Amino acid sequence: MPELSKIPWPFLILSFISILCALYVVTSNSPIRSVLALILTFFSISAHYVMLNAQFLAIVNLIVYAGAIMVLFLFVLMLLNLNKETEPLKSNKWLIGAAVSAGLLLLVFTASIQTSSEHIMRHPEAGTGLVKSLGKVLFTDYLVPFELSGILFLAAMVGAVMLGKRDAANESDTEITGREEV
Amino acid sequence: MELSLLFEKSVLILILTAITLGIATYLTYGERKVAAFLQDRLGPNRAGIYGIFQPLADAGKMFFKEELIPRNAEKWLFIMGPGLAMVTACITSAVIPWGTDLVLFGRNISLQVADVDIGILYIMGIVSVGVYGIMIGGWASNNKYSLYGAIRASSQMISYELSMGLALIAIIMMSGSLSLREIVDQQSGWHGMKWNILFQPLGFILFFTCALAETNRAPFDLPECETELIGGYHTEYSSMKLGFYLFAEYINMFVSSAVMSIVYLGGYNFPFMDAAWFSTHPNWLGAISVAVMFAKVSFFIFLFMWIRWTLPRFRYDQLMHLGWKSLIPLALINMLLTGLGMLLWGK
Repeated sequence: MPELSKIPWPFLILSFISILCALYVVTSNSPIRSVLALILTFFSISAHYVMLNAQFLAIVNLIVYAGAIMVLFLFVLMLLNLNKETEPLKSNKWLIGAAVSAGLLLLVFTASIQTSSEHIMRHPEAGTGLVKSLGKVLFTDYLVPFELSGILFLAAMVGAVMLGKRDAANESDTEITGREEV
Repeated sequence: MELSLLFEKSVLILILTAITLGIATYLTYGERKVAAFLQDRLGPNRAGIYGIFQPLADAGKMFFKEELIPRNAEKWLFIMGPGLAMVTACITSAVIPWGTDLVLFGRNISLQVADVDIGILYIMGIVSVGVYGIMIGGWASNNKYSLYGAIRASSQMISYELSMGLALIAIIMMSGSLSLREIVDQQSGWHGMKWNILFQPLGFILFFTCALAETNRAPFDLPECETELIGGYHTEYSSMKLGFYLFAEYINMFVSSAVMSIVYLGGYNFPFMDAAWFSTHPNWLGAISVAVMFAKVSFFIFLFMWIRWTLPRFRYDQLMHLGWKSLIPLALINMLLTGLGMLLWGK
């Protein structure tokens, strides 16, 4: 473990903010507030990426998570109009399950940090996370996983369209009532 | 060295913010004058010569009006909404190159706050985050019309972001870079006339349409459609908070005009900028390039206003059909054509 005084202070401030926001996500009673705190967490994680000189990852993290997924989350929550009174009480079963899975994730993360070489941790090479080097690595060393994940995304997209489509029995109903999907 | 760079960038940021706010202020005046011109009226002409002090009077009025926060509103989020809208509108201009380098006090001064590797993606990121100001404000008002406005705004912005990104991909394929500075410099061929719009006419039209939708301008101003939704997401707002929302719209208009000028209209490039005289007078080149850039931006702003006072508003289902069933397929075809063109004729 490096000494506390050797850790750069922007890192300390950022980590403080991200941990604080992440804690607020789980402790807040209002779902909307916890989603907003989650967005702040994503922003601080992006700031960590910028500090590691991984600009591409930082901005993609923002576009995908803060810009798209969280907007949809917020969307659903706003339409549901949840508030403190109507929030269902969760049983202990859920609590234990969540704690166990989060603990397992923590275990995997610590294990991966311990096995990653010291060099990468201490000296992120300038330009590793930039678009050019990332693209080169993706299209040479990791081409097959890259293409496979592309197929996975396509399958997920098709699946989403299938789920979103009403089945044939309901469709005739909508034609009679004349409702139109917007 | 480090300190002087910091000073230089701080001064640039200050000037840029001042210019952005000043231009946004005078865009409100410009909008009314353009509307008057198109409808054969005079427009504001009481405050000062030709009504030139009208925006100042409006801002003064905004500041001194009574401020109301609805009793059932989420107070903090209600205050945060317009602030967020303003912040996201202002930070976009950080990556935009406004002109060629100046030489002052023996130093090369770049007229761009941050030449980041991922300039275009940064803009897309801020655009996608920009929806929060409207969403949060609309929801926190605790008013069904505000909520409808907010939901319309966000679904519209999400839908049109897609075709916007796809139109940009064709540009990125051509330039091979995500940096805005490089994209501008690559358009300086043919004596400063090798603009991307010549190669990407379809992409330009797609991008322009999406920019209209992203800035919530007519004919896509469904979120504040007054005949159905009173005032849309800012129904409950008063005083300077309302002013911030309106202001943010004008700043967004200014910034998206700047982005369009850079990506499609050659940015600060102008005809015969490669003349020999300019290489010995870099400051004249810089000054003219900034003027050219602002001329292009003003052209786009005028186009925005012209369209607003010409076209009627879409219906909501028409808006969604246009976004998903016309623009996205067209953008995909445009991508394909760009790839084909690059394959056949090289770059």
